[in-house]
Amino acid sequence: MADDAIRCDACPVLCYIKPGRTGSCDRYGNHDGQLVRLDPHVMLERAQSRGESLVPFLGKSREWDGNLVNDAQTFVTAIGAGTTYPDYKPAPFIISSQVQGVDMVTVVTEGIFSYCGVKLKIDTDRHLGAECSIVRAQGEAVGHVTTSEYGSQMLSLGGVRHLTGGSRHEGTVTCDTLLHLCNGKAVELQIDNGAKVVVQAGKAPIVDGMQEERMRVGCGSATIGMFAKQWFGKVDEVVVVDDHITGVLSEHQAGKLLDIPETGIKMKGRRSTPGRYFKVAEPGTSWGGTNITDPLSILAPFDPEVAKPGLRLLMVSTTGEQYAYYELDDALRPVERNLPPSLQESVARIRENCEPALCTVLFMGGAGGSLRAGVTENPVKLTLSVRDALTRVTSGGAPVYVWPGGGITYMVDVSRMPENAFGYVPTPALVAPIEFTMKLDDYAALGGHMDHVRPLHSIHRADDGSRRVAPREGNPWPLSAGKSGRE
Amino acid sequence: MNIRAQIRMLPDNRRLHMHDGPIDLIVEAFGRPMDIKAAYRAAAQRFPTVLDELCEELKFLRQPTRPDGPLPQGPIARRMVAAVTPYAATTFITPMAAVAGAVAEEILGIMTHAAELSRAYVNDGGDIALHLGPGERFVVGMMEYPRPEAIALPRELARYTFPNSPVFLCAPRGSSSLSTSNGTPRSEYELQRNTLFGTTTLDFTHPVRGIATSGWRGRSFSLGIADAVTVLADTAAQADAAATVIANAVDLPGHPAVVRIAANELQPDTDLADRPVTQGVGELRLDEIHAALSAGAQVADQLRRQGLIRAAALNLQSETRLVGRRNFGLDEYPVESIRFGKGTASAVPIGATSDGGFSR
Repeated sequence: MADDAIRCDACPVLCYIKPGRTGSCDRYGNHDGQLVRLDPHVMLERAQSRGESLVPFLGKSREWDGNLVNDAQTFVTAIGAGTTYPDYKPAPFIISSQVQGVDMVTVVTEGIFSYCGVKLKIDTDRHLGAECSIVRAQGEAVGHVTTSEYGSQMLSLGGVRHLTGGSRHEGTVTCDTLLHLCNGKAVELQIDNGAKVVVQAGKAPIVDGMQEERMRVGCGSATIGMFAKQWFGKVDEVVVVDDHITGVLSEHQAGKLLDIPETGIKMKGRRSTPGRYFKVAEPGTSWGGTNITDPLSILAPFDPEVAKPGLRLLMVSTTGEQYAYYELDDALRPVERNLPPSLQESVARIRENCEPALCTVLFMGGAGGSLRAGVTENPVKLTLSVRDALTRVTSGGAPVYVWPGGGITYMVDVSRMPENAFGYVPTPALVAPIEFTMKLDDYAALGGHMDHVRPLHSIHRADDGSRRVAPREGNPWPLSAGKSGRE
Repeated sequence: MNIRAQIRMLPDNRRLHMHDGPIDLIVEAFGRPMDIKAAYRAAAQRFPTVLDELCEELKFLRQPTRPDGPLPQGPIARRMVAAVTPYAATTFITPMAAVAGAVAEEILGIMTHAAELSRAYVNDGGDIALHLGPGERFVVGMMEYPRPEAIALPRELARYTFPNSPVFLCAPRGSSSLSTSNGTPRSEYELQRNTLFGTTTLDFTHPVRGIATSGWRGRSFSLGIADAVTVLADTAAQADAAATVIANAVDLPGHPAVVRIAANELQPDTDLADRPVTQGVGELRLDEIHAALSAGAQVADQLRRQGLIRAAALNLQSETRLVGRRNFGLDEYPVESIRFGKGTASAVPIGATSDGGFSR
């Protein structure tokens, strides 16, 4: 075969490529005897003084204006970069740039993640399903309910067991679900013996057809504590209904401090400490995350020894979305009345202290052996370099949190990444961008592919098919001085 | 499992992009959401084995086809051979002349088998397979194309941009493209509108289900000097093979302004071996252009009479010749040859669109 041609083994066509020419894909070329990749991909362009976020640039239809890229202002992301997995080959792009006089290197690749998933935080107090319940999409198990957090239900979706450990269809649906969530699309999930919930990053969850508006201001007990003073003198008793801890003003420590007299109220459920009740009802999607629609159903008859006719009772949920006002009749039965104007303000205040309910999606994945091999000949050194904060990890230019301990397992808020940053391969597995940025000499020290480092402007020259986007507002600039994601 | 293949939705969330090695497909289906989903899923399941299948028989597929020669194993390879066999008796041709169209057809077939679609297309780098349900139609635009000299790209780096651009609009060297009316950025539309000089409507009753473009400026080598020959045929593989044959026939043998280099000097493993492929065409006189176009048009007309194609548009240095022009429906431009300002534009059909897409 021709002396100076090289054989490209990026795909089974196995082209022989002469110097200065590309293979049949026009993606790989022979550059001075080296196989190089010329692929369009996403560059983040720092939009100075422009508030806009994420402006896709026209591709080839816009001609290059002849400007060289200003190194410090352009960051090449891995989106669309491709990958050399599972090869030992250097990553598709290893790019040098100068930042404040320091030579930096960014190794850019798209990782194929079988070990990956999303952690989904759904701001709602409504009961979505019992812990460990299976979460399904299109009828397939794609994850489970995990431990809830303050004001939020948490789901853990994906993972290698659903992606490749179950049936083919389970894997496909799981991959589909993760891809949609990571790319900011809405997904409908059904929890076994629980709710049907529509989730989308950055949007309010829709639980059993009802759009969630607000997070609770606090648990029922905390709400009593926060608002006791505002209720004082305007009402004799307040019950804040909450699936977690229902609060009762007259019995609560906050009420005692205000010398609020006993009212003879009798709560169902289990008393934890004075004025704080567990399990007044079953979990559900109604009042304060319980299953009740009639708040009186959590009350036993008032104690006739203590209660007096005319006693004023406010019942309210932890979000202020549900409330009812009663006065006791001569038989000491609560009779519903209109909420007096003096109390309307406190209910409104509960509501306005509740933050908008959102779904947030964190992608979590582990960068394994061969991906690291694309960065350095000695993969563990990359891990150590990340741990020592010499190497900054970003995903599509967005900051990541790298878990302590072994490996490079990271989490990233998908809403901070450019649009449609994720892809998939039919394995099934997710394709996510990942970039490693470090000083050039640190890169040399960790055994980097120094002969594959090329300057940023060479990417630009070779490729005007790249998509240039402004970075997301609020993201730290990936090339700016500072610590890595492990902070 | 082939883990090279990358499959993703384009940012418009309507079109599917599948890439493996030299294959890039842009796929769009129209119909009920569940059918679109089923069709995309079927396409994505079929796609990852396509390249491996072809490469298993690559050696055979790079050999010249003989009229009664052996058949390959794979379904795509068989489509390729079937598409080029009508030419095998009279001319040099290998099954590779129809590879893009055959791949597009295969994927389209899988999709229409998996789901009930009103319309769909699979665009394999400009070679396009179409599906039309009853009452449905595509509008294909004929578009001027900026002279490649204006784009300062060496040939080695010229390639299709469509994987990352919203519309695969400007193939670097005369090629065809496809777009739809929705979800296309306005600015790109205006660019298309400004350079559009005619459209043709392909409807359900019309037999055309394949569009292909070939020329020396394209990604594959050409033996002729046409900037672009675009063909409408009943299948994408047929269109692909015919475009290659017609583009080869647009020629001025021995003309000093034409730079030709043995194909294997450029690409050692090409199926064209040492045949001279066109690498440059200097400025030609108008009578020379017409002579070359006439040679190609004669072949195209013969193929049309044989039923191998329905129509062709031949373009050379801003001159366009139409064959079977009734099928191009260029009512607003009733001229046999359309001339543009020298060096400003060439004419290639650049896309299909859903109804009225270009006229918005």
